[in-house]
Amino acid sequence: MTRRATGGLIDRATPLHFTFDGRALSGFAGDTLASALVANGVRLIGRSFKYHRPRGILTAGSEEPNALVTLRTGAAAEPNTRATTVELFDGLAARSQNRWPSLRFDALAVNQLFAPLFVAGFYYKTFMWPAAFWEKLYEPLIRRAAGLGALSMEPDPDAYDHAHAFCDLLVIGGGPAGLAAALTAGRAGLRVVLANDDPRAGGRLLAENAVVDDVPGHEWAGTAIAELAGMANVRVLARTAVIGVYDGCEYAAVERVADHLPSPVSGQPRQRLWKIVATRAILATGATERPLVFGGNDRPGVMTASAVSTYVNRFAALPGRRAVVTTTSDSGWQTALDLVKAGVTVVAIVDPRRIAPTHHAVTTLIRSGTEIMLGARISDVFGSPVRKVEVVKSNGQVRRLACDLVAMAGGWNPAIGLGGHLGARPQWSAEKHCFLLDEAPPGLAAAGAAAGKFSLGKALADGVAQAVEVCAALGRDCPPPHFAGHDEPADGTPFWHNATPLAMRGKAFVDFQHDVTDSDVALAAREGFTSVEHMKRYTTLGMATDQGRLSQLNGHALLAAATGRAIAEVGTILSRAPWQPVAIGVMAGAHRGAHFRPERRTAGHDWAAEQGATFVDAGLWKRAQWFARPGESDWLETVNREVTMTRQGVGICDVSTLGKIDLMGPDAAVLLDRLYINTMSTLPIGKARYGVMLREDGFVMDDGTVTRLGDEHFYVTTTTANAARVMQHLDFARQVLWPELDVQACSVTENWSTYAVAGPRSRALLAAALPGCDVADAALPYMAATTLRWNGGPLRLARLSFSGELAYEVSVPAQHGDVLVRHLFATGRAFDVVPYGTEALGVMRIEKGHPAGNELNGTTTAADLGLGRMMSRKKDYVGRTMAGREGLTDPARPALVGLVPVDRTSRIRAGGHLLPPGAAATAASDEGYVTSAAYSPTLGHPIALALLANGPSRHGEHVIVHDPVRGADVEAQVCPPVFLDPEGTRLRG
Amino acid sequence: MRIPCPFCGSRDSREFVHRGDAGPARPADGADAEAMFDYVYQRANPAGLIREHWYHAQGCRNWIVVERDTRSHAVSGGAWPGPAR
Amino acid sequence: MRYSIFSLARQALHRHRGWGPAWRDAEPAEAGYDVVIVGGGGHGLATAYYLARVHGLTRVAVIEKGWIGGGNAGRNTTIIRSNYGLPGNEPFYEFSMKLWEGLERELNYNAMVSQRGVLNLYHSDPQRDAYARRGNAMRLHGADAELLDRDGVRAMVPFLDFENARFPVQGGLLQRRGGTARHDAVVWGYARAASALGVDIIQNCELTGFLTDASGAVTGVETTRGPIRAGKVGLAVAGNSSRAVALAGLTLPIESHVLQAFVSEGLKPVIPGVVTFGAGHFYISQSDKGGLVFGGDIDGYNSYAQRGNLPVVEDVCEGGMAVMPMIGRARILRSWGGIADMSMDGSPIIDASPLPGLWLNAGWCYGGFKATPASGYCFAHLLATETPHETATAFRLDRFRTGRLIDEKGVGAQPNLH
Repeated sequence: MTRRATGGLIDRATPLHFTFDGRALSGFAGDTLASALVANGVRLIGRSFKYHRPRGILTAGSEEPNALVTLRTGAAAEPNTRATTVELFDGLAARSQNRWPSLRFDALAVNQLFAPLFVAGFYYKTFMWPAAFWEKLYEPLIRRAAGLGALSMEPDPDAYDHAHAFCDLLVIGGGPAGLAAALTAGRAGLRVVLANDDPRAGGRLLAENAVVDDVPGHEWAGTAIAELAGMANVRVLARTAVIGVYDGCEYAAVERVADHLPSPVSGQPRQRLWKIVATRAILATGATERPLVFGGNDRPGVMTASAVSTYVNRFAALPGRRAVVTTTSDSGWQTALDLVKAGVTVVAIVDPRRIAPTHHAVTTLIRSGTEIMLGARISDVFGSPVRKVEVVKSNGQVRRLACDLVAMAGGWNPAIGLGGHLGARPQWSAEKHCFLLDEAPPGLAAAGAAAGKFSLGKALADGVAQAVEVCAALGRDCPPPHFAGHDEPADGTPFWHNATPLAMRGKAFVDFQHDVTDSDVALAAREGFTSVEHMKRYTTLGMATDQGRLSQLNGHALLAAATGRAIAEVGTILSRAPWQPVAIGVMAGAHRGAHFRPERRTAGHDWAAEQGATFVDAGLWKRAQWFARPGESDWLETVNREVTMTRQGVGICDVSTLGKIDLMGPDAAVLLDRLYINTMSTLPIGKARYGVMLREDGFVMDDGTVTRLGDEHFYVTTTTANAARVMQHLDFARQVLWPELDVQACSVTENWSTYAVAGPRSRALLAAALPGCDVADAALPYMAATTLRWNGGPLRLARLSFSGELAYEVSVPAQHGDVLVRHLFATGRAFDVVPYGTEALGVMRIEKGHPAGNELNGTTTAADLGLGRMMSRKKDYVGRTMAGREGLTDPARPALVGLVPVDRTSRIRAGGHLLPPGAAATAASDEGYVTSAAYSPTLGHPIALALLANGPSRHGEHVIVHDPVRGADVEAQVCPPVFLDPEGTRLRG
Repeated sequence: MRIPCPFCGSRDSREFVHRGDAGPARPADGADAEAMFDYVYQRANPAGLIREHWYHAQGCRNWIVVERDTRSHAVSGGAWPGPAR
Repeated sequence: MRYSIFSLARQALHRHRGWGPAWRDAEPAEAGYDVVIVGGGGHGLATAYYLARVHGLTRVAVIEKGWIGGGNAGRNTTIIRSNYGLPGNEPFYEFSMKLWEGLERELNYNAMVSQRGVLNLYHSDPQRDAYARRGNAMRLHGADAELLDRDGVRAMVPFLDFENARFPVQGGLLQRRGGTARHDAVVWGYARAASALGVDIIQNCELTGFLTDASGAVTGVETTRGPIRAGKVGLAVAGNSSRAVALAGLTLPIESHVLQAFVSEGLKPVIPGVVTFGAGHFYISQSDKGGLVFGGDIDGYNSYAQRGNLPVVEDVCEGGMAVMPMIGRARILRSWGGIADMSMDGSPIIDASPLPGLWLNAGWCYGGFKATPASGYCFAHLLATETPHETATAFRLDRFRTGRLIDEKGVGAQPNLH
């Protein structure tokens, strides 16, 4: 164990047990998985992506590239989880990944032998011969070797939640700057949301021996967060990472609600997506420490200095006993002091700069036996884990120092990724040696270390200043508080590259996870990939799970050096959402499985279910497809019965899903005339008319009926599929195209239940069901409509027929829909009434040659569907002009015909293409396609509707229905599309 | 994205349907096919400010004209498209 | 230097110091060019390559405002397929597929063309019939297509939600020859091959206007690096076509829209080919590096911003979780947005512009990547011979006027619905 006996922000009274690769270990509440592994002396955690090099823990934060594990087991397994961000819980099980058969002996470590071949982009230059080997041999091998962890292949067992929040100020980050900003704004009364990635507030205060307002930094943070949590106008979201900035000041944040528990408690989501609309936001995300690029810098035991301080101070876990600290920034010296204070031997501090930050640091370190090596650099590291380092001193002398820990401090990159999400390009600061937000997105401002204010005192003051600015902008009076923090030295001079030739040292990694080395960057430059984007794509630098947070700047600096440019000139790559990797599940929220999309049910749904209906999806609607009876062997037998009983007696179908629009106003008739190809203004009150509307481009948009209920009152129906689009179109016409028209429209689809009552006995049924209503032909002829009172409400009765039979549509307010259908069936029992579903409805409309969804496919004209004569020549209407184009009036266009198989037992399927008999099956012979097909029980054989070139002139000819994806060719005879009762005697009966 | 509905206030863009450029005006009755072709098909498609039609489908069900920058998505206004009533 | 395992091994012995630039970073030639292609994406570079390779034109330049492949060529989901239904489209995309199949040996560059199949799921009878119609059309055009039933789908992708789905999977349309290719490699491969044939690739050179003669004919381009004379100018700047032609006073039947896409952290192989969900907006494949590469619908509003918004992110993930809930714990690593030239019928334009000397390759909607080889081939053919290539005769600009549209989705002149 390397746990210190005292200190740290862990709860030694609460031990927790966990396993890593099956090995039983223990830690304490307050640990991360990484800190617990450090405390247990576990140094080898994973394997790298390409070379399968052994890797340990590099950092203590969400930028960790190496210590990726598969957390949990079974369906809950979560691959590629950064050990540095996992809060330890009792029973935690983690496994290393990307190794076989074991972490210690990984067969693919053999890749390191081929490293001279496996340089950046090597795969673009080979694996081309023979061609067939790519999918069969090379690619499967590459795919198997690549990837990191594995998915469980089982459905995610957890639930996810979405929530919305609105605030004046969103503070992103709970470190010193964020806390100072939130306190300032919260005390001023602003509505504040504070999102802190860490479960505990404090940020670097938790990792450093800092003092604020004369108390230890972590204590100050604890007091601050308690004060914030107590304010009614402040919402504190711990364990919450802001992952994206979107337009309109919308921020996406993911709260890890239950990730710190063995499993979510019942009813609890694993994670929650917050969609936060914030008038202003302060980016207080701190800074990320850069690694240094030297030979063997990836070996287990090499860590960033800030991580070392975090493990030592926050977690009281010692990552080593003999350390060498190499630093180019003042903060590295603080880490050396932290180590000394914790009793670790600091063998040497190696700083390429020639001046130490403070006299105090130098004297303290010298007193504890540390060798101060200024102007020096590490050239190589040996051992796995680390055993010694090679140092080149300022005088060129090479020294080897035995150690088991290397802490490297390469300077700080402000964590400004979120600031680039709306496209703002970070600017290089020559003074601070880092990229800063030059122009932040609207409403967002960086504060503290994220703004390059690296010392504690400056960070606290900046947090206050930014919040004061927000208060002023929002008209709040705000006395600025003062939080006293020490202004420790925070300078640095970057040292981008180790000058030792590759031949004399090990590989120096720039992108650790993706195994991109300094040599790869040089090769990319040599091959002309000199734009940062080309270099990234060619080498994959910056594309690992840390998205370049550790690697990018080092890579760009190396590219700049290789191409003789300044870093400012080379530029950097814009960060894109998500700022941290985020589970697909949480972005989907509850919308999965049966809840993927809402289900719309008609008022008659329960009744249909009681009747044994099988339901089918029609958009979001559930519609009864058929009503099987005991003893029926398959759906076709059921549908044949429903058709036959309807055509011979009476059937009832729920057609409530049709779109319904109520239209009122003095200009309602004018509007309808402009929307339909036929004239509606001549419609008498109490009459209905079939209508077709076009899109402005001249193709058919939809069809339906218009019923005139009063002089200024119309009732419009649409197809189920186009209900929303037609409503939108109608509103556009009356609001935008012709706002001068005095007409109001309202969708009443949900307000009315409608049942089609069809068949020769329908009149008798309705006469019995609606006593007092005259349904005789004289009183209610074909296409007539009337309104009566029923069951305490209105009932609309219209004599409309889709089936081709004597038929009616009966509509009542939806709250009476269930009662009505039960009443109609109770009455209808005497007439042998049958419920029929969408399948029988479809068969009957095909028998009648009515176009429906398959024919109204957005590419047909009214003429294609045999409705050309409806197009009025006396008025203008939407689509009229464009419908006159040559491509839409070409007589050779495929137009609607009927098809009957020559061999009456052969089945025709929709989707088959039409070829002339004897023609080769090639595109040149293609003359059209089958749109709808059915077995007609009325005729006793299959029938189909099709769109056939020159169709109407080809009745009687034969065509081949070619359907190679499903079966053999079928010869069919072309006929008129109306198979049954073309004169319409039945429906007028 | 937030859409400033003149009737409902600032609302989430999820409530709206986007139609496109509000610039082209539908030619009057009897206009020639070329004018209609321009209206239906030709688009200025500017990189910059655009006035466009959005439909508050899940709100007040009004078509509104929104002014927006296609380079930044910054929304600078929303108005009722018709004459004052 | 020719790329092969042998040259790679030889270079390994010399620490790879012998590799030269993959393509020449050229300066604009004072003498001008026979053809200047505007746009150093896949389509532009392929056009230049085929102009040189097939038509023997070597006085050809490609000008690129940034770095080659930085637009949609580097911002797509790398899918290749030829599963179109309409006669205007299918011969072209099948020609493209055949070019993909020989591309790597042609270019001596491994673009990782991987024909692991494209499977479009269907969830209803009408959708099945529409796919059958499409599959039959593909077969008539000599492409491959199979209609799978539910069991056939289950055998290929057993991890779909077959049990609890809101819209149960009924089957799928499978094109086995479809798959993916490494997008950047396609750009670099064409650039390298074109450069080797003498084509000048001029980066950081943005179009700012057109040179015209007294008759108004285009005789070259104005750029941020000065004027460049050209016998012909070909535009291959999909996403920005309207902006480019506006410099010549033209408008197009095109709107620019943003399409987002996403990649997950690296995972061991799980998704065999490309799978598209038919009851929502979601499609997915897995890269050779292990990332799940997925996307869905366009955001739906005009945009040049190369980034989108949360509603589509949620919509895409909802589709993913609905059809394959085992990806719930995979993490999205990165998202990006490409600007698509959404044409008014959803199909592209390869044609002369109304101005003499200016030629158009535009309107690729969100499907330009798969078209790259044939787009380049056909545009080169048009520029060299002034007649459309036989597989691209329908991609005429005047089709919007004549009404001979190629509208696969049947949604009409509403670009954000295509």
